[in-house]
Amino acid sequence: MRNMTLIDAIREAMDEEMARDERVFITGEDVGQRGGVFRATMGLFDKYGPTRIIDSPLAELSIVAIGIGAAMADLRPICEIQFADFIHPAMNQIMNEAAKMYYRSNGTWNVPMTIRAPYGGGIGGALYHSQSLEAYFTHCPGLKVVIPSTPHDAKGLLKSAVRDPNPVLYFEPKKGYRAIKGDVPDGEYTVPIGPINITHTGTDVTVYAYGMMAHYCLQAAETVKQQDGISTEVVDVRTLLPVDREGILNSFKKTGKALIVYEDNFTMGYGAEIAAVLADDGFEYMDGPIRRLAGPDVPGVPFSHPVQEEFMPSPQKIADAIRDLAAY
Amino acid sequence: MTNHAPAEITAFVTASGSRPSDSLSDDTLRDMYWMMLLSRRLDERAWILHRQGRIAFHISGMGHEACQVGAGFAINRGVDYVHPYYRDLALVLTVGFTPEGFMLSLLGKAGEPSSGARQMPSHFSAKWLNILSHSSPVATQVPQAAGLAFAIQYKISHGLQDPNDDTQPRLALTCLGEGSTSQGEWHEGMNWAGVHKLPFICLVQNNIYAISVPMERQMAVSDVADRAAAYGVEGLVVDGNDVLACYDVMAYARDKAYAGDGSTLIEAKTYRPVPHSSDDDDRSYRTRDEVEQWKKKDPISRFQKVLLERGVLTQNAINDLEAKAKSVVDSAQRAAEDAPYPDVEPNLDPRSVYAPGDLA
Repeated sequence: MRNMTLIDAIREAMDEEMARDERVFITGEDVGQRGGVFRATMGLFDKYGPTRIIDSPLAELSIVAIGIGAAMADLRPICEIQFADFIHPAMNQIMNEAAKMYYRSNGTWNVPMTIRAPYGGGIGGALYHSQSLEAYFTHCPGLKVVIPSTPHDAKGLLKSAVRDPNPVLYFEPKKGYRAIKGDVPDGEYTVPIGPINITHTGTDVTVYAYGMMAHYCLQAAETVKQQDGISTEVVDVRTLLPVDREGILNSFKKTGKALIVYEDNFTMGYGAEIAAVLADDGFEYMDGPIRRLAGPDVPGVPFSHPVQEEFMPSPQKIADAIRDLAAY
Repeated sequence: MTNHAPAEITAFVTASGSRPSDSLSDDTLRDMYWMMLLSRRLDERAWILHRQGRIAFHISGMGHEACQVGAGFAINRGVDYVHPYYRDLALVLTVGFTPEGFMLSLLGKAGEPSSGARQMPSHFSAKWLNILSHSSPVATQVPQAAGLAFAIQYKISHGLQDPNDDTQPRLALTCLGEGSTSQGEWHEGMNWAGVHKLPFICLVQNNIYAISVPMERQMAVSDVADRAAAYGVEGLVVDGNDVLACYDVMAYARDKAYAGDGSTLIEAKTYRPVPHSSDDDDRSYRTRDEVEQWKKKDPISRFQKVLLERGVLTQNAINDLEAKAKSVVDSAQRAAEDAPYPDVEPNLDPRSVYAPGDLA
């Protein structure tokens, strides 16, 4: 067991997959000698060379489309989008092409591709370096959407993504790249794409979250336990698509109260789907309103520091929301 | 309406002064004629079925048969990657797609090979022939085809593929219309092809109109091929209604791709003598006089004349091929009409959306 940062776990997953399978390559902007703007590929260029760590032209659509073509030719591309905010030019290739390929070819062609994209706010990135875009993609059958919150899951889920025969969108909570540390087992392991993970057990309220918010929820759960004696269960959703309806429901059966936390805009965010699952399948267990705590419905995270801080859900806001719900 | 009359285009010759098509055998020439004829007759039948109200939609490749058959015969058919577009009926037939498969797509019947009748007609795919699946938004296939070519180059450079193994794809051919070259996706694909000198051929079938919008309102250059220079790629113009000229330029591009000498943009100047699709009426945007001028350059009658002059075909042989085409089209249509519709349930099952794990 080793203690490492989120980004080191991501890098180690790519390194191991590249060593394991010569068909695996990485392309994206500045991924080569620069090692990526966040240093996710640092050292891999020296180890695997320019034919496997490929600096792309500054054109996100092409990064994805080259990946799709290469994947259909039986390679295993890992495509890096420098910031999730820059993924929009590639939407057509992701949603209309990669996601639909298996279905539209009646199960003959498939796209075993991983797209990595750092996402999320709280780093002074303003409107175009802070976005949380998961809801766009989780509306798209054919994609798998994964958001790890711990180094353990980051490594294990990324390895699963590389080996998956389908296109996997792997969003990385960039605020946690170096802030999040955790234990990673020695040796080979994977984390399956699909099931949620309960990271804190409790009986009064269930809190659903992913990425950086999953950490804030753990902090909030500890706070309300110590200060208020509230027992909170934290569900780290970690695979957003396909939806683990059963896993989501099971925790709610215990608590009957749900708070869903995400830093995306409130309206039509991923939390709406979780709320719908609980409202539909969990009606008879319901013991309070299904609440969502999310970013405000403004177009992006503003730059100015105090405004940014207020935009983001925080451990304090989450703790308050848990207290409200527990008292209901 | 500006008249877009056909222009004379000088035939392509290699540096040594030869034409690759000179070495084609009489049998091959007859096969090429057959493929053009079969495609035309299938295409005509689709129009008839539509006008009879028996199919909902047809999008035609009529008039494009020469550049498609010339391209298809130049590559390693069924092995080299082909990432087509919706006018490529003659090309996919040449590669091995069946007339019955096409008829099944028109009728949306079970067993439709491209998509199981999920996609509209003429959205071709056949993995067993290395024909990639394409969508309706145009030019999306171009950067993917560059990705296929990238994979070939990657596999060769990593020892995963022998460069001389002709059971493996050694180039990626993609096709689109000139209108689609306005898309950013075309640019991004061409750029990768140029930067990495990929084994990639982009065949632009320039039929002058993007549905109704003529060339001069799509681009400020008169030849799409001129744009190749911006990518460091060789751009060539060919008479797209001359199948042997198209074969020549494709064979040159193929040899270049196989040798690892990079990509080629081929602009085949051609014409669509019919509306864009069964839902279009071309009388609103071009003159009948223009259409008639182009019909005189029809690729099939031109090739027929060449083959008669060379003694490769006789009038009797031509009549026999016509009869054979009618019979093939008839039986393909009958088979498709007799086929059932696909089962509804599996096509609406969310589990059909994901490839199972064991494909990895």
